[in-house]
Amino acid sequence: MGNYIGKSMKRVEDPRFIQGKGKYVANLQLADMAYLAVKRSPYGHARIVNIDTSRAAALPGVIAVYIGQDLVDGGVGAMPCGWNVPDIKVPTRYPLTIDRVRHVGDGVAAVVAESIYTAYDALDLIDVEYEPLPAVIDAREATADGAPLVHDDLPHNISYTWALGNQAETEQALAEADHVVELDLINQRLIPNAMEPRACVAQWNSAMEEMTVWTTSQNPHPIRLLLSAFTLGIPENKLRVISPDVGGGFGSKIFHYPEEIITPWIARAINRPVKWVSTRTEAMMTDSQGRDHVTNCRMGVMNDGTLTGIYVKTWSNQGAYISTFAPLIPTALYITLLSGLYKLRGVYGEMWGTMTNTVPVDAYRGAGRPEASYLIERLVDLCADTVGMDPLEIRRKNLIPAADFPYQTPVAFLYDSGNYHGLFDKLEEIGDYEGMRAAQAAARAEGRVVGVGVTGCIEASGPAPSAVAGSLGSAVGFWESGKVRVHPSGKVSVFTGSHTHGQGHETTFAQVVADELGIAVEDVEIVHGDTASVPFGMGTYGSRSAAVGGSALVRSAEKIREKMKKIAAHQLEAAEEDIVFDRSNGKLYVKGSPDKSKAFGDISFAAYTAHNLPAGLEPGLEETSFYDPANFTFPNSAHLAMVEIDKETGEVKLLSYYAVDDVGKVINPLIVRGQIVGGIVQGVGQALWENGYYDESGQLLSGSLLDYAMPRADGFPTFVVDRIETPSPHNPLGVKGAGEMGTIAGTAAIAGAVMDALKPFGIRHLEMPYTAEKVYRAMHASNGGGD
Amino acid sequence: MYPPKFDYQRAQSVADAIALLGQNRDAKLLAGGHSLLPVMKLRLAQPDALIDIGRLAGIKGIQMEGDRIVIGALTTHAMVAAAEGLPTVLSEAAGWIGDPQVRNRGTVGGNVAHADPASDLPTVFTALHARFHIAGPNGQRVVAADDFFLDLFTTALAADEVLTAVVVRAEQPGTGSGYAKMFNPASRYAIVGAAAVVMVENGLCKAASVAVGGLTPRATRAAAVEAALTGQPLNADSIAAAAQAVKNDLNMDELLGDIHASAAYRYEMAPVFVQRALTKAAERAG
Repeated sequence: MGNYIGKSMKRVEDPRFIQGKGKYVANLQLADMAYLAVKRSPYGHARIVNIDTSRAAALPGVIAVYIGQDLVDGGVGAMPCGWNVPDIKVPTRYPLTIDRVRHVGDGVAAVVAESIYTAYDALDLIDVEYEPLPAVIDAREATADGAPLVHDDLPHNISYTWALGNQAETEQALAEADHVVELDLINQRLIPNAMEPRACVAQWNSAMEEMTVWTTSQNPHPIRLLLSAFTLGIPENKLRVISPDVGGGFGSKIFHYPEEIITPWIARAINRPVKWVSTRTEAMMTDSQGRDHVTNCRMGVMNDGTLTGIYVKTWSNQGAYISTFAPLIPTALYITLLSGLYKLRGVYGEMWGTMTNTVPVDAYRGAGRPEASYLIERLVDLCADTVGMDPLEIRRKNLIPAADFPYQTPVAFLYDSGNYHGLFDKLEEIGDYEGMRAAQAAARAEGRVVGVGVTGCIEASGPAPSAVAGSLGSAVGFWESGKVRVHPSGKVSVFTGSHTHGQGHETTFAQVVADELGIAVEDVEIVHGDTASVPFGMGTYGSRSAAVGGSALVRSAEKIREKMKKIAAHQLEAAEEDIVFDRSNGKLYVKGSPDKSKAFGDISFAAYTAHNLPAGLEPGLEETSFYDPANFTFPNSAHLAMVEIDKETGEVKLLSYYAVDDVGKVINPLIVRGQIVGGIVQGVGQALWENGYYDESGQLLSGSLLDYAMPRADGFPTFVVDRIETPSPHNPLGVKGAGEMGTIAGTAAIAGAVMDALKPFGIRHLEMPYTAEKVYRAMHASNGGGD
Repeated sequence: MYPPKFDYQRAQSVADAIALLGQNRDAKLLAGGHSLLPVMKLRLAQPDALIDIGRLAGIKGIQMEGDRIVIGALTTHAMVAAAEGLPTVLSEAAGWIGDPQVRNRGTVGGNVAHADPASDLPTVFTALHARFHIAGPNGQRVVAADDFFLDLFTTALAADEVLTAVVVRAEQPGTGSGYAKMFNPASRYAIVGAAAVVMVENGLCKAASVAVGGLTPRATRAAAVEAALTGQPLNADSIAAAAQAVKNDLNMDELLGDIHASAAYRYEMAPVFVQRALTKAAERAG
């Protein structure tokens, strides 16, 4: 049993991508296609006094020009919020704004033309008269008296407030602590920058009144539902959404975006296929962005290093509109994680979700959890300093013991399984923590500025039990579908509601199904991303695909095996309970008589000929399951990083990085390693380079890759990555999420290392990113590192 | 990212390019396209016509003529980085431009004609006292580096002239050179770039040529640094002291700053990178 699970297999996706043979939305060319471009606001906040589209409409080659009111008059509905926390105020948003622009990049008009060049020429001919308005950028300042209002019907720019935890107990835990450390910190704005920008193509069949929409989505079925029920109004049975090869998402392609409403609406209006492809410039000002928290937090610690509690107040910047799942991120994926890996008496967090004149913020790889781990780990480091304890030692002292699982935190989550001490044991084994500290001491003696960061981080992945999600505000369920179709020849097509856009599902899921059915991995094909062929599924985000989508496939494969056993029993003239399905080779035989057997292909063929089936058994061999998880899974990690700071310039260099992750049972170690390393790189990017930077008028100053610093390969050492496996007890594969842990831990590890390096300078805290100038200024404003 | 309409003409020779420039109002030369096309796609530049000189073999490649090195304007950064016998400061800087794709398409001539203040080559060519060979309707002329780079994105090139080559001298015995750069973490342009050439004779610095860029509207000759070193022994102390003198070469009022590095910070960094460039140059001078 088990020929493939646990094996490092190269991705079956790679040959087509490496050869440039992927099929992306932008590759699609349809006869008579027209091209869409969107006129966007150059202001962070302004009233639209007048829009004159006449010059643009008169340009030869322009088919039509539309403004926001045209869409509303044409039946387009307001864009919905998919996560409604109690008493939330969701400001009305249409795909094109009507009276006011609220962020740079807010769409004001759309041009459709015979060529994309003509469409862009026409944009320059749309005359928009703006009256600039004062803007608000900062999440906390947005709530101040007299702050400019982004939406007139949201006083103090507050969309919602939320709190969770044992507040009184936490207050007491802090009051009774020997020391309380307090920190004000900012988790800065990030811009996701998937390699492929978003795109949409729509084709209307006027005879059938059917619409097909190709879109770069991580979750085509929910997009179809939102288009159908809220924004476009085309019935679900007349609407097909296809999300083909997609070049990365990192969360930013979960959400329902204006262009995927505008494109089909115009395709129907002009009765021609329409294509829109985002430019990189547009991506930076319209793709949902990440993070952007302003936080005050406190942690209590006893003289012996025992952590007592954590108390957090955060203002979360939601941007100019509430994106599809925006309220979920800083609530049920953030405050719920504030216990970290630690056994704490009191955990409490409260949140203000506020509106600003910035691009809307929503899930970005890690989504709430990196924000939580960053502040927890900063506080733990400060506690260690306060009581004079080593950062690794204080963490070990407070880890939840392996015997305590499942572990109920004070903030709702029931951690499924873990061996946190084992993580740190493994980390010390591969990372030589003591050696690193000795090297640091030697370097410091030479006048070098070197720091070591160690973190222990928790993640909640695999959302989510649907009933729990519903109770927390979700408008949708979070189960997943999986259909296994065994063809007459014994080859298998698998239809998953998950979507792969870099994660390697076509490989991983094939490994799972091949092992479940005892067949060759080459005989399994994974189909995803098309609502016409795949059962309704919830898509990919939150590191859920293996735990939820994979589990649905296991269930369907179980049903296939059961049906095959029935057929085999009938043909071998044995009792069904005496049939053994050998998962090492797909053979079915009578218990005790392996020579009396049927091959996988014999039974699948028999299922379709139906010449000799048990009485009452339906022909065919195809099973579907909808798997609703019993709980989140809780991946966890211990990471260790060493940095050196150039004393003359303030530049930070990453010297070494060690990671031990427990993502449960690993299906494909090669893919998991790629996910972990890629995640770490994104995490390090936040710590060292990335910053979505707006000026006070709402101008996005880091609006291109010339100014928004993405991580580059030459900024990294070779990663040392290892793992322990504590299977999740509540899903059939024992898996936990692997896609986000690197990001969740990476930022915190670098923050710890940089602040450790700067400790001799008496620097207690710096905000990320640790740019050269910021670090240089801090060193020079300090005591000079002379202690 | 879609430029407005423009005419495209392919020049058959340098003379043809000059003629086409004269015939087309608001025309631009197209070589590697790595500076021009991005700004056209952003509609920040909207030339009426592009005159493509990219295939003119006669002005591509590196010729050694005695101790003169003639770098054709269409020579790519990758070719410069890989070439033998060039001043070290030039090969070093060329190898740090952009990324492999940029280095294999971008050209020396296009780079210097664009005169981006954050670009590396203007600083290097200023330190090397390079001479810029320019062809125009009235024939050839040669302009020294100090007179070629005038201001932000502005050179001595007239609208109907073509830069054909940049000429530098080969490094003489006893000469060493080096480039030091603080990279902009996003663009890889220079936040501060410093180029240094020193000639050592009998243990003393006989001549020094130093320039800084990235922080000023045009590459700036560090005359005060040069003066401070000339005639001095080259050691860590003398280099450190001379590097500080770069502050005298910088005009505080014209220093550039942005979200990556303020003008004041760049001013603090200038001596650091001058020192690093000089240190490398001194080591290489043997």
